[in-house]
Amino acid sequence: MSTLTSTDRALHDFAAQVGAEDPIAVEGNRTRWHLGGPLDELARLVEAPTGIVDYQPSEMVVTVRAGTTVAELHETLAAAGQTSALPDRGGTVGGAVAVGENRLDRLGRGSARDAVLQVRYVSAEGEIVTGGGPVVKNVSGFNLPKLIVGSLGTLGLIAEVVLRTNPLPPVQRWIRAERVDPRDIRDALLRPGAVLWDGTSSWALVEGHEVDVDAEVDKLATLADIADVDGPPELPPHRWFLSPQGAAHVDTMTDGAFIASIGVGTVWAEEPPQPAEPDPVAAQIAERTKRLFDPSGRLNPGRRAGA
Amino acid sequence: MPLFRSTREPIDPLVADLTAALDADRVRADGAQRSLAAHDASVFDGGIAGPVCFPETTEEVQAIMRIAEQHGSAVVPRGAGTGLAGGAIPLGRPVVVSTGRMNKVLSVDTDNRIAWVQPGVINLDLSKKLRPKGFHFAPDPSSQQVCTLGGNVANNSGGPHCLAYGVTDAHVVSLEVVLPDGQVAVLGGAEDETPGLDLRGAFVGSEGTLGIATKIGVRITPNAPAVRTLLLSFATVRDAAQTVSDIIAAGVVPAALEVMDQRMTVAVENYVAAGYPTDAAAVLLAEVEGLDGGVEIDAARIEELGRANSATDVRLAGSEKERAALWKGRKTAFGAVAQIAPDYYLHDTVVPRARLADILEQIYEITDRHEVTVMNVFHAGDGNLHPLLVFDAREQGTLERVHAAGAEILRASLAAGGVLSGEHGIGVEKQAYMDELFSPADLDHQNRLRQAFDPACRANPGKVLPMGHSCADIQALREMPTGVWG
Repeated sequence: MSTLTSTDRALHDFAAQVGAEDPIAVEGNRTRWHLGGPLDELARLVEAPTGIVDYQPSEMVVTVRAGTTVAELHETLAAAGQTSALPDRGGTVGGAVAVGENRLDRLGRGSARDAVLQVRYVSAEGEIVTGGGPVVKNVSGFNLPKLIVGSLGTLGLIAEVVLRTNPLPPVQRWIRAERVDPRDIRDALLRPGAVLWDGTSSWALVEGHEVDVDAEVDKLATLADIADVDGPPELPPHRWFLSPQGAAHVDTMTDGAFIASIGVGTVWAEEPPQPAEPDPVAAQIAERTKRLFDPSGRLNPGRRAGA
Repeated sequence: MPLFRSTREPIDPLVADLTAALDADRVRADGAQRSLAAHDASVFDGGIAGPVCFPETTEEVQAIMRIAEQHGSAVVPRGAGTGLAGGAIPLGRPVVVSTGRMNKVLSVDTDNRIAWVQPGVINLDLSKKLRPKGFHFAPDPSSQQVCTLGGNVANNSGGPHCLAYGVTDAHVVSLEVVLPDGQVAVLGGAEDETPGLDLRGAFVGSEGTLGIATKIGVRITPNAPAVRTLLLSFATVRDAAQTVSDIIAAGVVPAALEVMDQRMTVAVENYVAAGYPTDAAAVLLAEVEGLDGGVEIDAARIEELGRANSATDVRLAGSEKERAALWKGRKTAFGAVAQIAPDYYLHDTVVPRARLADILEQIYEITDRHEVTVMNVFHAGDGNLHPLLVFDAREQGTLERVHAAGAEILRASLAAGGVLSGEHGIGVEKQAYMDELFSPADLDHQNRLRQAFDPACRANPGKVLPMGHSCADIQALREMPTGVWG
């Protein structure tokens, strides 16, 4: 039984604030506030509890409350040579989990969806619900964490998560490459952190042991004109969700500026994306899920995951 | 109700409808076929199968679902039947849908690094097919020579090499599923991020209770050019477990970190002569993959950490042949126990890595007290224990002792901050323990997820959630299998 200890006082207080009656939304740092449609103005705003509850580097897991900023989390993890798959855009852990988007270096750090091992959220009924478990491998029951990541707070208000952490590579080098097909860069590198492309230039995050990084950069030098750079290029505002192949051909889909994540499929573009056409039966399942988790529609009213 | 077709008995109308939708060869209601489908690789007996269908297309699976619905029958998907938690055991005479004839690799898309497969494709067959292209499918359960990818999806299967690469859900990008009402949904896609709820992620590991996957898109992983495999010997299990924690703490993420205790290595040596030392209390099989320079550094670090924890011997596999022999020993461990006793019960729990040594000591104490022989071989890097209780079921009272010891092991794992299952699933085996890990509200929310896909509870009913928490269970579930314990 997931009995709550005294350290969970903050979760109880949060659940009490959320209550069980009126329209309610949770507010982080509003870095992705526009996603999912405009929030119903009747919704009362609450903030999730903060703080890192438990961190054991040798377990490669961290328990953190949702209101903690990703920056604070990553600072703590970095002190032990680790990080997480959540993107740091000035927002909170709960916000990053609710949005579910991946980091720019998704190839190296893994996906946000795979990083959430356990989630505790406050349900529409005002109860604390725990899904998943606090260990790195777990198939005990239905996978509520997967459902909550990316749900924009429409199924429950995230209070606390247990995240998988991963070690920071000993060496990371950003390389810019010219006159090369970015897919050749992707294929040449065994485990790049990221490969980006703006239609002309490519960037690669080469990482690992120094000896391997040197060897991989030498390999790139045989394919392209390369230079060390400080970091990735500036990202345009809109996020497109394409397949890896789609991203490699995104230059045929937009006249505006873009940065494509090669081998992943995500594209950051000046232009907003074309609206996706969801599978109609999957959309029915998603609607049923929302009705079952939030029968009165009080959680983040006005918002819809995927809208 | 007659289920056998004969000239003297009327044909069961359910069987007649199924036969009309498929053909007579692919709807089997004979006793032999139904008896085969009544079991999986677990110790649970007493499942009762209805007609067993062998569809070849998504449309045929849809037809089966709709016919079953019209007849008020439940449906149980079935892969190779290698599950260890009773997940594929048919309860209440359901229609069994075998994926055996849906066994094609549809395409291998190296540009997107995705293979599209039917659910009956065997795990190892996919990796063999990918090998010439320089890729493999990363999850490698011990049963990979026979288990199917549909079964891997249902169980969110793991394997020794999931330490670095993640379990099945990290490798499934898209699922075409037939819902219990016969509709087809496509969940996820070749896009890395798809907006909206991650129904793909929710489906993986749902043990056949949400529908049947008919087409699966899986990530394919490039083969690493360099690999180093080390075998470290220890005078105590605790030293081996501490080495595992130290390796992870040092920031090394090996492809695999497997521990076997002495009873296991002795059995394996007698069985396949893999080259394990039989005088060590525990051995740690560690493998690192990557580029030449990095694997040298990681292998040296693992050796150093092993020696700091009093490793009595550290051996680097000198050749591919030696490496293959070490892995053969690991992967045939469960076969090797047949020489110890005729029956075994393989457990599966996860604890935080730091608790591994404590839990192992408790497992030895528990099994000694119940006079049951235990052997240990496990995914130490994930904290995923697999205590193997070996016994002879013909000896009166043995099975009861095995179950009693198993229950104590589970509870000890939960008390250590662990979970019920790392890769075998809940099935019927651990249903009764779900409310020791989860609160009523937690289970209620799991049930809501289930209902979103299967409002009528007709997909593999009676599994995963304890009876009191699962959606209005169909009346057909009056017939429970014997041997379900709790």
